[in-house]
Amino acid sequence: MYSREFLEQLYRTLYTIRVFETECIKLYRQGLIIGYFHPYLGEEAIATGVCAALRKDDYIVSTHRGHGHCIARGGELKKMVAEVLGREVGYCRGRGGSMHIADVNIGNIGANGIVGGGIPIGVGAGLGISIRGTDQVVVIFFSDGACNNGVFAESLNLAAIWDLPVIFLLENNQYAVSSPIEEMSRIPDLYRRAEGYGVPAYPVDGNDVLVVYEKTKEAIEACRNGKGPVMIEAKTYRHGGHHVNDPGLYMPRDRLEYYKSKDPVALGRKYLLEKTKCTKQEAAAIEQQVQKAMEEAIEFAKNSPEPSVERFLEEVEQN
Amino acid sequence: MSEDRSKSDGQDVRRIMFREALNEALREEMRRDETVFVMGGGIGQRGGSYKVTVGLLDEFGPRRIIDTPISEASFTGAGVGAAITGMRPVVEILFIDFASLIIDQIVNQAAKYRFMSGGRGRVPMVLRTQGGSGNGLAAQHSQSLEAWYYHTPGLKVVMPSTPYDAKGLLKSAIRDNDPVMFIEHKLLYMTEGPVPQDEYTIELGAGDIKRRGNDVTIVAWSNMVLRALSAAEKLAQQGIETEVIDLRTLVPLDKQLILESVKKTEHLVIVQEAVRRGGVASDIASIVQAEAFDFLDAPIEIVAGKNTPIPFNVHLERASVPQEGDIIEAVRKVLHL
Repeated sequence: MYSREFLEQLYRTLYTIRVFETECIKLYRQGLIIGYFHPYLGEEAIATGVCAALRKDDYIVSTHRGHGHCIARGGELKKMVAEVLGREVGYCRGRGGSMHIADVNIGNIGANGIVGGGIPIGVGAGLGISIRGTDQVVVIFFSDGACNNGVFAESLNLAAIWDLPVIFLLENNQYAVSSPIEEMSRIPDLYRRAEGYGVPAYPVDGNDVLVVYEKTKEAIEACRNGKGPVMIEAKTYRHGGHHVNDPGLYMPRDRLEYYKSKDPVALGRKYLLEKTKCTKQEAAAIEQQVQKAMEEAIEFAKNSPEPSVERFLEEVEQN
Repeated sequence: MSEDRSKSDGQDVRRIMFREALNEALREEMRRDETVFVMGGGIGQRGGSYKVTVGLLDEFGPRRIIDTPISEASFTGAGVGAAITGMRPVVEILFIDFASLIIDQIVNQAAKYRFMSGGRGRVPMVLRTQGGSGNGLAAQHSQSLEAWYYHTPGLKVVMPSTPYDAKGLLKSAIRDNDPVMFIEHKLLYMTEGPVPQDEYTIELGAGDIKRRGNDVTIVAWSNMVLRALSAAEKLAQQGIETEVIDLRTLVPLDKQLILESVKKTEHLVIVQEAVRRGGVASDIASIVQAEAFDFLDAPIEIVAGKNTPIPFNVHLERASVPQEGDIIEAVRKVLHL
């Protein structure tokens, strides 16, 4: 049984991620956002379900496709939009951009431009927790692509031998950039790799926010009780190419349509309407609030100053 | 220049080995701050290949003295993550040659985190590693790779030459809020020197004049300081007074100390063990010619390793890196002798 408040919060987060990505893609098309921009469209249920199960003092490690993680962890839209626009008031003062948003104050160790690069960093956060002896946990988000990087295997082993409170949260969107997982791994069920390291692992439907939430909750409980680490493979599918400028022509249409029919945001809405007394009008009101918050964030970011070149050069002199 | 109590004759000064000085630094900092922990291969019961961590496991236990598998990239990355979340890890990579395996975690993660997070995040981590030639360990266990890290904005690079400096600098490195590459030379671990009983630290970025002289300046770091000092002894017998500057840290670089000395002696020789091409010595030479050109009486001489992998054979190994005779020759050359 879920409270209406809880399901509303889940839906609000799902919808916020959807709107953030959709609106930012428009800004990209207008030339206001430059560089790489990796949308989380289609994967919203994973970050939303996982972060709903976390405590404030827990940590997450994110990826290059990290906007959803940041939003679900409580990131501020204004600072996020300002950052992807490269502004001084952005999360990273315009020095990081889309791939490097971090906010340790809300337990978001940060996104990462290196596929797999964040995995050992998450293990380190877990090691720190273990040394301090607290019951915090770490969720490391990473992708099917990262599973074929050496640090994945090394890190899984380190977390296992040190019994760290780390949840390896594999977002299997089935493509490493453009390479299908069936061609990059003989066993596409990547969670099975964990068994060889003595780490319990579970596949879940990554498009179902409640399924993700429940499995994460179990994993967190194991970690808080000193039984970590755990791996969860959330199967999902991107709604588009690797980044904004990748049309994703290599993604079979029928498969894409199948996953779009299992849209995680629509499912979150369905849960809210069916499991609570929330009406369609009330759900629409949530959507309007989110849309308005995003519009305000965009206005805020657009009207905020660019970083000062002079100040930047002064800072550089101190390096 | 920092105060250097190793040169005093105080009662409280003992002679200890370089490796013992490092051990004391780790021990003192671990007692002082419970967020400090050490990890690396064979550092626990074994005490490390060069015995730097001997006895630490007994005092601090396996939670803070952590033996790692041979997974350099990941346990270094674990250091980065622990540092970001409030710990002060000292990560040991047994040979700097193996640090090729950790380049992503050092260069892309540790070095850039503070910058990329707009200054909000910090990585107070020390990466202790060991390099240099002289033990017949051949091409994959003898390199001098400080230039890789010197080249990367966001890292500090420390390369001490004496037990006194090693202890004071390691303590400062552990207290520093940025990632520090602390590079030790394998030939130095057994060298002895005076180290006070009382606690002290040495500021990162402060070079040290190891010998005073008016005729020529030699700039060196790590084991090459010892070689420069013995060359300076021989040169003194020939009536040439050499000033030997030990940089101690390459980043931050004590530029003023170098420039002041060069302005006095008007002659500069830079000695590095690393291969010459793309090295730190070339960068220092470019700084000096830009900022003290009018003071120079002769072109700057660089004595550096040959552009070769380090050979196994002892004669070939010796021929690959600067020897005392090479330094003497370079000094005589800048003095037109």
